[in-house]
Amino acid sequence: MSTSTSFNRLTPYVFLAPAVIIMALALLYPLGYMMYGSFREWDPSQAMGESTFVGLKNYITLWNDPNFRESTLVTLKFAVSVVTVEMFIGVGLALMLDRNLRGMSLLRTLFILPMMIAPVVVGLIWRYMYHPTLGIFNRGLKGVGLESVDWLGQHALLSVIIADIWQWTPFIFILALAALQSLPRSALEASRIDGATGWQQIIHIKLPLMMPVLIVTCLLRLIDAFKVLEVILVMTEGGPGLSTEILALRISRTATEFRELGVAAAMSNYLLMLLLFITVLMLIYNRIMEHRAAKANRMIEEAH
Amino acid sequence: MPEIFLDNLKKSYGSVEVLHGIDLEMEHAEFTVLVGPSGCGKSTTLRMIAGLETVSSGEIYIDNKPVSKLEPKERDLAMVFQDYALYPHMNVEKNMSFALRLEKRPKKEIKRKVQEVAEIVGLSEYLHRKPAELSGGQRQRVAMGRALTRDSSTFLFDEPLSNLDAKLRTQMRAELAMMRQRVRKNMIYVTHDQIEAMTLADRIVVMHGGYIQQQGTPEQLFKKPANKFVAGFLGTPPMNFMPASLQRSGDDVYLSGKGFDLLCDGFTLDRLSQARSDHILLGVRPCDLDYQPDAATNAALDIDVVLSEYIGAQSVLIGDCGGQKIMVELKSDTPIALGERLRFSVDLKDLHFFNPEDDRAIG
Repeated sequence: MSTSTSFNRLTPYVFLAPAVIIMALALLYPLGYMMYGSFREWDPSQAMGESTFVGLKNYITLWNDPNFRESTLVTLKFAVSVVTVEMFIGVGLALMLDRNLRGMSLLRTLFILPMMIAPVVVGLIWRYMYHPTLGIFNRGLKGVGLESVDWLGQHALLSVIIADIWQWTPFIFILALAALQSLPRSALEASRIDGATGWQQIIHIKLPLMMPVLIVTCLLRLIDAFKVLEVILVMTEGGPGLSTEILALRISRTATEFRELGVAAAMSNYLLMLLLFITVLMLIYNRIMEHRAAKANRMIEEAH
Repeated sequence: MPEIFLDNLKKSYGSVEVLHGIDLEMEHAEFTVLVGPSGCGKSTTLRMIAGLETVSSGEIYIDNKPVSKLEPKERDLAMVFQDYALYPHMNVEKNMSFALRLEKRPKKEIKRKVQEVAEIVGLSEYLHRKPAELSGGQRQRVAMGRALTRDSSTFLFDEPLSNLDAKLRTQMRAELAMMRQRVRKNMIYVTHDQIEAMTLADRIVVMHGGYIQQQGTPEQLFKKPANKFVAGFLGTPPMNFMPASLQRSGDDVYLSGKGFDLLCDGFTLDRLSQARSDHILLGVRPCDLDYQPDAATNAALDIDVVLSEYIGAQSVLIGDCGGQKIMVELKSDTPIALGERLRFSVDLKDLHFFNPEDDRAIG
């Protein structure tokens, strides 16, 4: 092989190199740093080199730590319930608003406004709305002669769940609406002629055809919900007790208040593993869909 | 009694009226073809009958029942769409049985019906495939099959063959014609392809610009087009049009135009007596011009050959007659050369006459 051909073969890699280097620095280095740190007992005042290697100790401690378990449970409860409710409301709204009425575009824009507000601001807004005496909810309840509710005390988790639903339902709404509007019009018309009522169209045609988009939307939203921090930090700071201390918040507190960087890193890795699991599910789903499409193409070719 | 009856049917989008009062009667079990160029309103008419478009004014009667306010499913019809409109997530069997399943018919009956129809459309082996796993022609069959399982009194077809390649289209057209022999139902078929219209229809309805131009059997429309549009739309290659005027010379009357002077006989004069002026538009089909080198000058056109398109047994000659383009059908083995001047005799009774002001047929 001459030098020129081997150089030619290297050319693509030369062009790829800058991107690879930036990837390595920006993505892999911090990740590696975190991995490495999770095996060490490490105080923020120490340089990484001064910390001591403790093997899997951080992971084992966490595994047996009831607070960590509680926090994981809260996170799971939070993520599953917000995503479930958001999916129902978001898809429901999309199904309802998928029509050409006057002013619909304005309405659609209004619906996605919450998503555009910074999470910290959302947290503040809701904190004041939930305020025991000054908040709109309790004043409203009082106005109609009902007992006031201790929103951020007794029902803290429910309250943050409501706030998150308020903010993130629009995300599912716009994606579901986009999916709906890209459905084949003629198939829907055919179903009308076949005698399907509005409900039957939704159940037999619209939802099954939207499913690929809905599944990906749901997984994306789930990944996001597991990482939620700001809104809860501002609203409850994880309290009362550990009732709203989601993992992201616990990680941040472990690193700053408890000054245990190694444990925080290990906790991050647990969270990362959980999210990886969801991501892998999503990839598997994509592969199945691709596989089906490929099979379909093969069958058509055979038919010709 | 007409089975389907459109009474002054109009459709407007905003302030734009696209259908200007369609009156149409369709007999029981008649195959009616709505044909016309894009944007003529044929699909809109069909979709209004189907109930997919609202009716702006007028009424649709099916079996003497006004249906324009009814939902599609209450009109007892089945439809085949241009893009087939199959349900992508259901296999062939599920696609074909969807309507029956919605009606909650017994499972056994549904199964029997689907198998019966699959036999007719030749899909028995593909019942468990999804639409994405079928070729274009097979998808087309599924669409037909889905309509057939319905047992509706009326079938609507919205350009069902236009997504197929030319060869498959011809094949499916023949299959459709055969299916039509077996299934005696009302059929309304929309197409822009005049050959489909001519071969399939009991009755052709030619539409243009939101109006019905003419309706009748294919033969009636071909032989006696009501206006210039219909004359030019039906038949390939299309009819030639040439301006002409009536010239009197002694007792003889000539039909003259650029490059021709045709001596009129009594029958032709009788037809032309209905003309409003001496100026008329003369129409002659390419197949009605007869290559005859020794024909008399006053009964023939002299045409300079510009181009010859070979199609097989026949060739289409594009020629020039007194500065106008004219098309002629000719046996391919006729010895001709480009640039040559040829003489084609004309039988006066094959000529069509139109009023140049409103394009209506004369005589």
